[in-house]
Amino acid sequence: MSSTGAVADERIRKTSRLRTALVRPELGAIVGVIAVFLFFIVFAGDSGMFNPQGVLNWSTVSAQFVIIAVGACMLMIAGEFDLSVGSMIGFAGMSIAIISVTLAWPVWVAILLTFAICISIGALTGTIVVRTGLPSFIVSLAFLFILRGFTIFFPQTIERRTIIGGISDRAAGDWLAPFFGGKVGGPFFAWLGDQGIIAVFERGTRAGQPVVEGIPMLIVWALLLVVMAHIVLTKTKFGNWVFASGGDAQAARYVGVPVARVKILMFMLTAFCACVFATCQVMEFGSAGADRGLLKEFEAIIAVVIGGALLTGGYGSVIGAALGAIIFGVVQQGLFFAGVESSLFRVFLGVILLFAVILNTYIRRIITGER
Amino acid sequence: MSETVHAPLVEMRDIEKHFGPVIALNGVSFDVRPGECHCLLGDNGAGKSTFIKTMSGVHKPTRGTILFEGREMNFDSPRDAMIAGIATVYQDLAMIPLMSVTRNFWMGREPVKRLGPFRFMDFKTANTVTMEEMRKMGINLRSPDQAVGTLSGGERQTVAIARAVYFGAKVLILDEPTSALGVRQTANVLSTIDKVRKAGIAVVFITHNVRHALAVGDRFTVLNRGKTLGTAQRGQITPEELQDLMAGGQEMVALEGSLGGTV
Repeated sequence: MSSTGAVADERIRKTSRLRTALVRPELGAIVGVIAVFLFFIVFAGDSGMFNPQGVLNWSTVSAQFVIIAVGACMLMIAGEFDLSVGSMIGFAGMSIAIISVTLAWPVWVAILLTFAICISIGALTGTIVVRTGLPSFIVSLAFLFILRGFTIFFPQTIERRTIIGGISDRAAGDWLAPFFGGKVGGPFFAWLGDQGIIAVFERGTRAGQPVVEGIPMLIVWALLLVVMAHIVLTKTKFGNWVFASGGDAQAARYVGVPVARVKILMFMLTAFCACVFATCQVMEFGSAGADRGLLKEFEAIIAVVIGGALLTGGYGSVIGAALGAIIFGVVQQGLFFAGVESSLFRVFLGVILLFAVILNTYIRRIITGER
Repeated sequence: MSETVHAPLVEMRDIEKHFGPVIALNGVSFDVRPGECHCLLGDNGAGKSTFIKTMSGVHKPTRGTILFEGREMNFDSPRDAMIAGIATVYQDLAMIPLMSVTRNFWMGREPVKRLGPFRFMDFKTANTVTMEEMRKMGINLRSPDQAVGTLSGGERQTVAIARAVYFGAKVLILDEPTSALGVRQTANVLSTIDKVRKAGIAVVFITHNVRHALAVGDRFTVLNRGKTLGTAQRGQITPEELQDLMAGGQEMVALEGSLGGTV
């Protein structure tokens, strides 16, 4: 920030630039991203991971993680958790499928209604947490089961199956569906193909078309959410309230911060993010399954923690969370490119989570001066 | 400073506060004038906390009247009292350690600048004002981004006091600001209290330390078992007399004798 020309106090110990740089929430994640890329460039550099299709592949997977990590990050900084994210993803997808396929309503109605329902559920979770003062861990755990139960119950009862397909046909020609399932920059990639900058298909029905037809809306949503959330968190009054609500709710309330409203809004944001994830997924696959989104809540939380946020709230960074999510995406897909058994991904998750938490605790001590 | 000609800013008359069968305050009268530091002394359980909470709008008195600038007031919440100009600095609830000094200073009252349809927090103004206000209180921050957690307990109290003053407090209630501090930090906080008083703000200084009270106080009121035992002017009372009043007389004399007058 701006220097204000204060007279330096000789008693204040000079802090080294390195130490100042260390005390940033994103540090661990930046180091992690560099390490992960170096690793895969060395071990999977010639596997196609870094050609246009490969990049698109891990970018898309990373973007999925980013979308839910943004919501989880803001909520965690505000001092709460949402364990119902994964169930919410399944629930939202199923809601779109039932409304658009079973009820045969237009897809845009299905999407908007689903967003409204999910955000309301987020608001309900938040209200219960704020009103009862119970840990959000428990309240959202309840919703994890409630939502997953309904996600299986409705398609079972109505359609006698747990996967509903045929959404692609219903979405054809819909005005809202391309905002989630579409791709942008098609002409640009076609031009790149024509110029020979990226490869084109050589035979088959798509001969002459570029191997990458455009950037999926999923990635656009991820970028949009990161930029918006980062600006709101670091540059606005509301962002200050988010930090304050998570840092010390009582102190914040005392100076007039509407802590309850801030927290409920963050639960609604998390639900919104889960819903964006689900809608993009449903539009991509053309179907909704009752088991979608399993364990996503934990992956989101891990990405956020790798990104430097404190589990206790009041400290963290959206950029860090996004980098944490990218680490996930790159490693999950990178192991596939490197030909490593994919179950090792979970081992990696556990190990990196442990390292991240230890590093964060250390950083917290530096900031707060605790010993 | 002791001969203030101003009318009292806050006057509390015969305040009683009952919690069910417990009588926490039983007829307390107290007033504070602009530019004066009025110390409220009392041992643990004397009713100090209940009293300041009544003054700052947390509790409603069971009986008695509160006059603010000569008018009868009924605060519904601490927020009401704050808007009227009564700011309370609690010992532990003042600051959020993980947030920067600037973010803490402006918390709940962030300055905003417009940029097209968007409204951003004006960090440039916020930082400049924070550094300036802290300098006035004698604290040179390394940077306004510095987390409050890196400040000492005394400095945190000072940030809280500076914040209250900057946002237009007319009455500043300090709840045991020195009780957890070391010698040097205590001296710093006391000198801050002195500066604030000289700026014309009415200070209510709650403490159980007679020395700290005598260092900055203009008047002293002792609270014991929910009652005021009288108010003394500066110079009219000795530390020993104050100590006696707080402890309730005779037993303390005996105790002090055995400790060689060091308490």
